[in-house]
Amino acid sequence: MSIFRDLFLTFAQIGLFTFGGGYAMIAMIENKCVEQKNWISHDDMMNVTVIAESTPGPIAINCATFVGFKQAGFLGSLVATLGIVFPSFVIIFVISIFLDYFLEITWISNAFHGIKIAVGILILDASITMVKKMKRKILPFIIMTCSFVVMLLVNIFSWNISSICLMSIAAIVSLFVFVIMGAPEQKDGVGK
Amino acid sequence: MIYLELILGFLRVGCFSFGGAYGAIPLIRDVVLSYGWLTDETMTYMIAVAESTPGPIMVNLATYVGSSQAGFWGAVLATLSVVLPSFFVILLVMIALKTLLKNKYVQAVLRGLKPCVIGIILATGVYMIINNCIPFASEASVNFQAISITAILVVVLFGSKIMFKKKLSPIMLIIISAYLGIMVYGI
Repeated sequence: MSIFRDLFLTFAQIGLFTFGGGYAMIAMIENKCVEQKNWISHDDMMNVTVIAESTPGPIAINCATFVGFKQAGFLGSLVATLGIVFPSFVIIFVISIFLDYFLEITWISNAFHGIKIAVGILILDASITMVKKMKRKILPFIIMTCSFVVMLLVNIFSWNISSICLMSIAAIVSLFVFVIMGAPEQKDGVGK
Repeated sequence: MIYLELILGFLRVGCFSFGGAYGAIPLIRDVVLSYGWLTDETMTYMIAVAESTPGPIMVNLATYVGSSQAGFWGAVLATLSVVLPSFFVILLVMIALKTLLKNKYVQAVLRGLKPCVIGIILATGVYMIINNCIPFASEASVNFQAISITAILVVVLFGSKIMFKKKLSPIMLIIISAYLGIMVYGI
């Protein structure tokens, strides 16, 4: 089997069987690429996770690009990335055709009234976990609190401020503080 | 032109989606609502569908929005656009910029971005819950059915954390909430 076909099929399999995205996929990629296929080392896997954390985009896709590139250069990274996206693309595309039709059925639409509430709770729960993992420092907490308050007001009053604008301000403030005050002491590794 | 709007909108999402799956949700809401592609309601339903189907949430949302706006090619373009930025960033990191992420100024920028993203996600969650229980947009006052479902789900979520020392999976919570929705609002 050519390496391209192998990459595509392996990552398509990972894409098909991982629900919940993000970290669930990391475990699966680790299992396939490190233990079964020996495509990358465990250390490499850790490195790419750290890189993925500080670059935009879903971690799983970052990993696929990384592994594909290591195995077969640019084309490899392309094939692996498309492979991991392919299954969910097909599934969601099919759902998108039927969703409106389903929502016209009363009991399904009522079920979605309930689901709507669960989504809010899931997002809140995920963000609380992130707050708990934050480093116990003053500046991050000020930035977090300010962006929380502003974003909540933006939502409630439908102000025309995008989250990208908020993120840019936070980045500038953080850079400014760094230039004036220097780096924070480097004792914290991963935070609490 | 819708294709161009989809590409630009989702490139923007792809470039700024720090903070994992949930980090992208506020951004996508932003873009989707500002272009008027979906209502807030449909958007929320779709987040649930994206949670319960395989694959990264942000890619699933892109596929759905693209498909709903411009059919098959819309879905293809939106999906590729949302993936493209992270694809190129990783290639750049591997080819040339391995040291860039260790640069102290880049680190300073990232130190500011992360807490900001967390605040934004937190605000989105809080807003969605409040908006379900006391809708801001409509004249309807307090929604008691929604409040009772919210209360039950919170109890179930934290109860399972305490009882079994393990988090309920998102899919389980969504299934329970669908059941509650049918029970409370009727079949």
